[in-house]
Amino acid sequence: MHGFAEVFLHQVLAGLATGGIYASLALALVMIYQATHLVNFAQGEMAMFTTYFAWSLINAGLPYWPTFLLTIGFAFILGVLVERIVIRPVENAPVLAVVTVFIGLLVIFNSVTGWIFSYTIKTFPSPFPEEPIFGNYVSPHEVGAIGITVVVLLLLYMFFRFTPLGLAMRAAAQNPDSARLVGIRVGWMLALGWGLAAAIGSVAGMMVAPIVFLDPNMMGGVLLYAFAAALIGGIDNPAGAVFGGFLVGVLENLLGAFVIGNELKLALALVLIITVLVIRPSGFFGKVVVSRV
Amino acid sequence: MTRRQLVVLGVVLIVACALPFFVSSYRSFQLTLALVYAIALLGLNMLTGYNGQISLGHGAFYAIGAYCAAILMDKFGVPYWATLPVAAAVCLGVGFLFGLPALRLEGVYLAVATLALGVSLPPLLKYQHLEQWTGGVQGIVIVKPDAPFGLPLNPDQWLYYFTLAVTVLMFLLAWNILRGRMGRAMIAIRDHHVATEAMGVNTAMVKSLTFGVSAMYTGIAGALGAIAVQFVAPDSFGPFLSIIFLVGVVIGGLASISGAIYGALFIQFVPNISDEISKAAPWAIFGVFLIGFVYLMPMGIAGAVRMAVARLTRKAQNP
Amino acid sequence: MKLQHATLAALLAAALASPAALAAKYDTGASDKEIKIGNINPYSGPASAYGTIGKTIAAYFKMVNDHGGINGRKIEFISYDDGYSPPKTVEMARKLVEQDQVLFIFQSLGTPPNSAIHKYMNAKKVPQLFVATGATKWNDPKDFPWTMGWQPNYQTEARIYAENILKNTPNAKIGILYQNDDYGKDYLKGFKDGLGAKASSMIVKEVSYETSDPTVDSQVVQLQASGADTFFNITTPKFAAQAIRKAYDTGWKPTQYLNNVSASIGAVLKPAGFEKCVGIISTAYYKDASDPQWKNDPAVKEWEAFMAKYYPEGNLADGSNQYGYAVAQTMVQVLKQAGDNLTRANIMKQAASLHNYRPEMLLPGIRINTSATDFAPIESEQLIKFDGKEWVRFGPIIGH
Repeated sequence: MHGFAEVFLHQVLAGLATGGIYASLALALVMIYQATHLVNFAQGEMAMFTTYFAWSLINAGLPYWPTFLLTIGFAFILGVLVERIVIRPVENAPVLAVVTVFIGLLVIFNSVTGWIFSYTIKTFPSPFPEEPIFGNYVSPHEVGAIGITVVVLLLLYMFFRFTPLGLAMRAAAQNPDSARLVGIRVGWMLALGWGLAAAIGSVAGMMVAPIVFLDPNMMGGVLLYAFAAALIGGIDNPAGAVFGGFLVGVLENLLGAFVIGNELKLALALVLIITVLVIRPSGFFGKVVVSRV
Repeated sequence: MTRRQLVVLGVVLIVACALPFFVSSYRSFQLTLALVYAIALLGLNMLTGYNGQISLGHGAFYAIGAYCAAILMDKFGVPYWATLPVAAAVCLGVGFLFGLPALRLEGVYLAVATLALGVSLPPLLKYQHLEQWTGGVQGIVIVKPDAPFGLPLNPDQWLYYFTLAVTVLMFLLAWNILRGRMGRAMIAIRDHHVATEAMGVNTAMVKSLTFGVSAMYTGIAGALGAIAVQFVAPDSFGPFLSIIFLVGVVIGGLASISGAIYGALFIQFVPNISDEISKAAPWAIFGVFLIGFVYLMPMGIAGAVRMAVARLTRKAQNP
Repeated sequence: MKLQHATLAALLAAALASPAALAAKYDTGASDKEIKIGNINPYSGPASAYGTIGKTIAAYFKMVNDHGGINGRKIEFISYDDGYSPPKTVEMARKLVEQDQVLFIFQSLGTPPNSAIHKYMNAKKVPQLFVATGATKWNDPKDFPWTMGWQPNYQTEARIYAENILKNTPNAKIGILYQNDDYGKDYLKGFKDGLGAKASSMIVKEVSYETSDPTVDSQVVQLQASGADTFFNITTPKFAAQAIRKAYDTGWKPTQYLNNVSASIGAVLKPAGFEKCVGIISTAYYKDASDPQWKNDPAVKEWEAFMAKYYPEGNLADGSNQYGYAVAQTMVQVLKQAGDNLTRANIMKQAASLHNYRPEMLLPGIRINTSATDFAPIESEQLIKFDGKEWVRFGPIIGH
């Protein structure tokens, strides 16, 4: 029998590992929100699709890191193309119509991937060593994946805070008309935002796949958690999203192991999250928006 | 309503009543399901289209209504028609209670909160301590009623007429609500929340009530759906159902009563059409349909119909 | 003159007595030229991984048609997607029976979907044949004479594991991981029934998961923490691979029993890592094509040739594709036995008249037997243990 403290620690660490999965997809959601003020329901499926692209390259013999970079590039281009070709025509439609288009994209990506690659699970390699170096609690890959997520987070943060392009993108999302007046090409900002979000999503997919195995429904369950994580951290705050991801992962594990059992842990976790949002509608670290009459 | 609209409505009703005698039982069954979805979509439309509150979890109310009907019919021998008021009352209550805290959330936050509702319900239905009521993962089997008073109708036809009657009733009720003060308040809140608040409308009460009424509609639809399908199980009410409802409302036309019917026909029949077009990736075809419809008719089918009618009327007036 | 009349009479009598002149009997969906078979599979949704079974069956029937069909009739196979959603299953079943007018429905997949159409099919007296689920309730010829399963049912398999534990490790502390749906709960029930009175003392922990969960790592950690030394792993392939790997990585090395739904070497053990699977016990009733010991087996080679020609995009490591092949063969056997009497009643009768029939994909010693009181075609399995390379069969064939 194991001591309670040890078991507790184990569950927390396992929760951080799964939380890393949620955090990485949540970053992509934050990215797309920052750029477009919309939440892309198809983000998870696009991430999954680009991971299959990576898998095909590796299957064809390409080594890991070149595949990694090529996939990020492919994802970026895919994101830009989707924005220009699919989203642009409905830019001015009501928000819910755009959401419907997102859902259309979701089912298309999911269905096409299943058709091309079949639904049998595939292994996806990890660039990190196999031997356990942190004891038996978390694998080196899970730690590495968290590390990569933090690196992406830092890059995102610096991009939005310190580069003129990041500023332009935020301006284009927040106030497109004024942004146009100062010469920002709003259309291209949106496309860039989509490209970056897809690229981040592909990194998320490539980090997640070695843990959960690659299959077309890989990201389906993760999406809701990633949403909840992004919201609870503050939808406009990348660091908040990562924090939210870890929080959701650990919370879910602890609830399932010690509080309410595995059947209801998701429901309870969501109730808690919604309660937090009702009390603090902008999440833990989001900016509070005051609307004037 | 103009006289012309009344005429159109009359014609539609006559056609709807005549249909079961010209189509097979199977088609009557499909049309019954379409009517059921129309009621559900009308409920969601009141909340989302007229009141601006997005819901990605209305499948949960559909499930609650369905299980109300199934449990009452199976465990308590309640006749099918009596389950509807119960389902309505339960969903009205649950919806209102959910609406209260949800008031403080907007946009994407409300979307995720409602999505959470939709995702949390199936596990609750499977929960082992509730199994003796819900039937757990095995679900509950119920029996379709026969036509009463010895009418010469088979169960499918009878249920179609019953559902049609309920649909007409619910649509009339919705039309009444939306035309009146409540409806104006709902729309005002959607368009100018703060101004409406400033004018003294109790927006909190209106929003919560709208949630409740919307849930009530979807619950009634769920009960009818359970009777039509004769089976309920947690697998019938996954999160995707809620997404499909939202899609139906948008495709049919937001803030439009007739939109509920167009949307219902879309979500009932287009997946089948997609399946016929491509066995390999049927949902990809459905996705293409979705995107195509949004491109061609951003205001929904109802919106497109309205524009077409307006153009024809103008042409008639300026030959 | 008389001789000519006699000869003519003899010829006429001979002609009338020949089989072709015996009136063939048909119900809706069958004719001189074709047999319409309906099917409902989850090609989309949470169970879409099993959609490949429908595709394998379609490919098999195409092969049969290419070779002339059955008794001169071609098979028209109509398969619809229900996305594993029971209301859709009801709609598709009604479409097949009432609109497409099929002779019967074959291999509809999933317990809730089949439960939804159970009463309807029996009320309409249309065969619901060889359903693709291991639930126990399909073997009930008295109340549901038009429904029949095919694969060994889950409770029987779980009882085999329970008996093995009681015999070899009667003091075991058992931890169970199960999928929280009908399939998982069916295994759980059979296992507990098999342990009998000792169930509550031997089972120290049972944890469930949903198919929407990204991983089962937390659940495995919970099981390890309970101190269990025996692990009953009731999971579908993706989660089986995750659970096996996590159990090994955390240093927990229990005696592991794995449900045969996930016993595929190519689809589960290889992704998990062979070294992590050594010692796992399961059962089998057919030959795993990704198992090196069957590399040169004629039945496996025949299946591989079939896949290459008729279903090249199908995955050879996916046991579902072998399952689909074997069940389609069984169906063809039933149709052959039915001959020209293609009424629904006769189809059921022939399905209930399989005697020692062996699709060669089945393990040596296992045969299919049905009767008017026995609607469970395959009831025998054999215990197998993984040695790091292949599944080694041990013990007798259990069941009849």
